[in-house]
Amino acid sequence: MFEKNVLVFLISATVVVLVGTVVTMVVPFKWINDPKLAIASVKPYTPLQLEGRDIYIREGCNNCHTQTVRPLLSDTERYGEYSKTGEFAYDQPFLWGSRRTGPDLARIGGKYPDAWHVKHMKDPQSMVPRSNMPKYAFLDRPLDTSLTEKKMQALKFPYTAEDLAEAKGKTELAALVAYMQKLGNDIPWRQAKNAAVVGELKNPFQDDLSVLPEGKALYKEHCAQCHGDKLQGEVGPKLSDMDKPDAQVFTTIFSGSPNAGMPAFGDTLGKERTWKLVTFLKNQQRH
Amino acid sequence: MNQPEGYADDVVKGFLISSMAWGLASVLLGVLISLQIAFPDLNFPPYFSYGRLRPIHTNAGIFGWGIGSFMAFFIYITQRLTRTRLWSEGLARFQLWLFNIVITLAAVTLLLGMNRSKEYAELEWPVALLVVVLWVVFAVNIIMTIAKRREEQMYISLWYVMAALVGVAILYLVNNAGIPVSLTKSYSAYAGANDANVQWWYGHNAVAMVLTAPPLAIFYYFLPKATGVPIYSHRMGVIAFWSLIFMYLWTGAHHLLWTPVPDWVQTLAMAFSVMLIAPSWAAVFNGYFSMNGQWHQMRENYLAKFLIFGITFYGLQTLQGPSQSVRTFSAFIHYTDWVPGHVHMGTLGWVSLVLFAAIYYTVPKLYGREIYSVPLANLHFWLAVIGQLIFSITMWIAGVQQATMLNASNPDGSLHYSFMETLIELYPYWYGRALGGIIYLVSLLIFLYNIGKTIAGAPKAVAQNA
Repeated sequence: MFEKNVLVFLISATVVVLVGTVVTMVVPFKWINDPKLAIASVKPYTPLQLEGRDIYIREGCNNCHTQTVRPLLSDTERYGEYSKTGEFAYDQPFLWGSRRTGPDLARIGGKYPDAWHVKHMKDPQSMVPRSNMPKYAFLDRPLDTSLTEKKMQALKFPYTAEDLAEAKGKTELAALVAYMQKLGNDIPWRQAKNAAVVGELKNPFQDDLSVLPEGKALYKEHCAQCHGDKLQGEVGPKLSDMDKPDAQVFTTIFSGSPNAGMPAFGDTLGKERTWKLVTFLKNQQRH
Repeated sequence: MNQPEGYADDVVKGFLISSMAWGLASVLLGVLISLQIAFPDLNFPPYFSYGRLRPIHTNAGIFGWGIGSFMAFFIYITQRLTRTRLWSEGLARFQLWLFNIVITLAAVTLLLGMNRSKEYAELEWPVALLVVVLWVVFAVNIIMTIAKRREEQMYISLWYVMAALVGVAILYLVNNAGIPVSLTKSYSAYAGANDANVQWWYGHNAVAMVLTAPPLAIFYYFLPKATGVPIYSHRMGVIAFWSLIFMYLWTGAHHLLWTPVPDWVQTLAMAFSVMLIAPSWAAVFNGYFSMNGQWHQMRENYLAKFLIFGITFYGLQTLQGPSQSVRTFSAFIHYTDWVPGHVHMGTLGWVSLVLFAAIYYTVPKLYGREIYSVPLANLHFWLAVIGQLIFSITMWIAGVQQATMLNASNPDGSLHYSFMETLIELYPYWYGRALGGIIYLVSLLIFLYNIGKTIAGAPKAVAQNA
């Protein structure tokens, strides 16, 4: 019968296709929308952040950057707390992506100061020499806000006149950075993480000057972009005349100092390399 | 009018020429963006940056080259299998115009950054609406032709044709639901994990309904035509057909393993992906068993080479795909270059090789010519296979290496490599991938030259009285 009657065939094929569709695409709405998965601290985007998000979409950033941290060691150690369903409640569309040519950005918010992002976006290779990211210096142009209010209404996001005013007169780059600084920051994962890391705080290389070349190389790779080639300071403060105990320097590098814009490097460097870096920094003031 | 056998074939020619042009555009762009990844200074923002060009590459490939060819062959095959002239030739001519307008609009709007961000569903709503019109026109014409057919039995190819017509319609409408803000901007109707689940239900079944069912329809038609052997088992084809279109729709979430969509959806996707090996390989066996006693054609008949290598890549693709759908393996290779390696085996290997064979077979028939050069077709074949293998194999190795580095940890539990340390190791592979792409581009140019010379050549002596 199937191979004789076109209508019967079409209806049968449609029904067959719809079974899996209903079970795995329609029914999950009920699970995903479960109020138990909602997170009260997750807020909709402000007008400026939303415009930044639209620039992220326009430039196709999601072709190279994902926005989901998986509950796997290599993800959580590298990027931070794994992503939760409730964190994406206001993401229309979702921007999880499918390829990490660059790193995941789900937890990028608060990792670097705004000035770092601006410098990096204009010329990524000035911060990360062998990066293959395109330069986005052209985003340093006025943000078009003619549709902002309509966009907020279309998405039913709350806003005030001040919120709208905040987006006016900004550059596209500023909007993009405002968006990125929100990413992953609506749950207090960073604070919880920073409090937990530190163990025994004694520098194993205190008198071992043979680690200085390695410390210098680490500095060049991870620190010089913000603190300058000669530790003179730029985005971050100057480090050439640092007078702090080893343990404190270690903690700042390892766990970061979110309020001051200092990212945590513990995940990237581990304890041993962090101590080598501390040794290098502490040995600079004597020269 | 050069329309032998009373079929509407002029429009088939139009679709074939358009699809080949878009195919060339897609491969050219592919080579360019592969070089942009390896040499970032080749990005010229705002318009010519990787982020804007990559969707044009995928849209030109899947929709321009893929769907353009499928439209040609659906019209060609359906008329012959039903022994009925196309229901409306005028509608088909309108469809050809609309098709080229839509793909051009897609390229221009994507270049301007009008992009919904959802993979393979990037087009903003006015263009997406035109796609819907295009598809309805196409589907109605084909289905009406089948309904009015003079051949009672519907050959397996027509099943795949109709499933594709219905399947794409459902997928496209649901995933493109949006909230328009202006003519050039809209937001997805779904949010967060829901949007992700809808998108990959769409995304993976675009693979089913665009990159699997239509090439299978074409394979099942052209393998017997090109080799003169009947399909080994029509019944196996039928069983495989129903299980394929049933199981595929459950598997979308294997693109979302370890993400915040419900675990049970991921588990179902994983299980059904593995089960899909059976119907996929039924088609592979059908191809292989049909060749029983005829394997010498692999030496003598260049069309058999394209078709059998095509179905072989399909077989490899449908083993690799399910293995990637297993949680543990996905945890390792997902988000790395392994995946573009996988995708390009399917598109450059399976889909394109089958389309090349079908075009080599039909163009001489449509124009009443002999193929210009069989040696050039053989050269095209080998360069295409070598280019594709270089592409895919370098990407698989790159993916495994990066995954291994990303997972390496120190005794104290910290990670051994920073992200950048893993990235800089990929540059040599990216050069290799670009090389594979360039070889494939050369093979494509040889193919286009051969087809062009065939069309421009002298009419076949015998064909003149037909």
